Amino acid sequence: METHVDVKAKVEGKKWFYNDIVKKHFFNPKNFLKDEAAAKEYGKTASGVGQVGSPACGDMMKMWIKVDKKGNKIKECKWQTFGCASAIGSTSMLSVMVTEKGGMKIEDALKIKPQDIANRLKGLPQRKFHCSVLGDKALREAINNYFRKSGKEDRVVVQGAKIIDKILKITDKDIEEAVLEGAKTLEDVQKKTKVGIKDKSCIPEVEQLIRFYIEKYFG
Amino acid sequence: MDKKSTYFDNAATTPVDKEVVKAMLPYFNQIYGNPGSMHSEGLKGKQALDSSRETISKILNCEPEEIIFTGSGTESINMAIKGIAHHQNKKLGKGNHIITQKTEHPAVLETCEFLEKEGYEVTYLDVDRYGLISLDELEKAIKSETILVSIMYANNEIGTIQPIKEISEICKKNKVLFHTDACQASEYLNLDVKNLGVDLMSLNASKVYGPKGIGLLFLRKGVTLTPLIHGGGQERRLRSGTENIPLIVGFAKALEIASKDKGLECERLTKLSNKLIDGILKTIPKAFLNGHPTKRLPNNVNISILDIEGEAALLYLDKEGICASTGSACTSKTLDPSHVILALGLPYEAAHGSMRFTLGKNTTKEGIEKLINLFPKIVKRLRDLSPVNLKAEDFKEYLSEDNKKISGVNK
Repeated sequence: METHVDVKAKVEGKKWFYNDIVKKHFFNPKNFLKDEAAAKEYGKTASGVGQVGSPACGDMMKMWIKVDKKGNKIKECKWQTFGCASAIGSTSMLSVMVTEKGGMKIEDALKIKPQDIANRLKGLPQRKFHCSVLGDKALREAINNYFRKSGKEDRVVVQGAKIIDKILKITDKDIEEAVLEGAKTLEDVQKKTKVGIKDKSCIPEVEQLIRFYIEKYFG
Repeated sequence: MDKKSTYFDNAATTPVDKEVVKAMLPYFNQIYGNPGSMHSEGLKGKQALDSSRETISKILNCEPEEIIFTGSGTESINMAIKGIAHHQNKKLGKGNHIITQKTEHPAVLETCEFLEKEGYEVTYLDVDRYGLISLDELEKAIKSETILVSIMYANNEIGTIQPIKEISEICKKNKVLFHTDACQASEYLNLDVKNLGVDLMSLNASKVYGPKGIGLLFLRKGVTLTPLIHGGGQERRLRSGTENIPLIVGFAKALEIASKDKGLECERLTKLSNKLIDGILKTIPKAFLNGHPTKRLPNNVNISILDIEGEAALLYLDKEGICASTGSACTSKTLDPSHVILALGLPYEAAHGSMRFTLGKNTTKEGIEKLINLFPKIVKRLRDLSPVNLKAEDFKEYLSEDNKKISGVNK
């Protein structure tokens, strides 16, 4: 049996569950806007801004980008985050990833997944992974906001959602969220979403999706 | 500064007192006999066991044989709830209804959920803003099927103290057994079972500067339960397994010290925790105290700070050598925020930003001052980084007068 990451961290005598790279980005984050006034000022000249999450969920993130004149590359990426060490550390790392080496191409930035950020951080504790999933969403929002503001509506990327539970109108995105929040079984996902409680016909598809998302994010 | 003076997590566990360590040491390899053995080495073990039980029985004001040693507070609670349920329902053919309340420790809640799966019915009473149950609601919840009421003495997260005497009177009147989880209360509150009127009471050593891995259940004479652990018949056949003499000796010593120091220590810690509460509420805007203003453990300070997330604050404090705890979802295994803070009717935002500081023997004025000095800076740092700026106005019902002023809330 593979040792659980949390257990491993304890056995190896690490002070916390977080590794040094995460800690560095948490205690000395890069590219953040230092307060409300700075955020307001930066917002005036930003190419696009995106916001996801809410304080009630425990995580909220706002991200601003500046794009080069040709509209190809992200030149600057600034952010503010309400959340735990994992959320703050992964936003900081994402902002570095999209601006290093002269800036990332927009189409490449749109492809960034939570796992890519976690990899650059050399891993997050398994149960903290869900805290790192807001960064790429906020970034995509900011890019779409830039597309809309600059008359490039044709490039806007909408993440499609498919309705799985026809009675309660629960989508594959809702199931994905539930898995990211730590649900591992049909019962767990039902506790969070009530999927398949009325529309029992969708249960096989739900179970398949749970396996798919567990494999995708934790596999 | 002594590191222990900035350890504010004494509700999680306490360090073992030096005197306790000293009392325990001979029983690991000098006096090691099994109390069940007939020879003189066994007899020495038996004597240590008997005198420890005697010491504790004086503190609880009960008979020595009313004390059953277990492996932890959690085990005592499991033994009490499952043991009473199974005996009352399966052996005596009585009802299947249990009453508890929403802010109990998981040891109680999970045990009750387990019994629900076995077919028992459990009522989880609500608590008010301060964490207190309503005695009227308790009395109304009792029905002919009710076999057990289990209400904690003091809460581990917010320190709220339940009216145990009044609860036991209601239970007595309605002929229902009453168990209390007194693990958090034992260091500071009265443990006289006759005065409290409880039928069962769970305690452990690791919250009273004793060793981990030892607990006890007080079981009133005449009350019977079905054991969890079967075997050699130790502890009146109610909890088998060779008695853990060093830990039992340590437990007795720890309770003895606690009962001697109680009054003065409560006074000292009340002063220090009030200083901490004042210090935080007067310097950090949009912060409020959770739990009851007066009916609380003298060592508990639980505060919600809006616009920040507890785990981030906890880690910044830890970097400065300060240990605390949070009700944030991010530190729980289930990824849900504290069930206790939510049961108070507070919004999720308040649970994510809740911080618990639990003081102890090693807490000093200097340690508290260090915390009061550092904490506002950490909160400011995290708030600057946070895009959230909740309106103080929306939370004014929770804010103290002092905090309203610094939060800019109009009366």
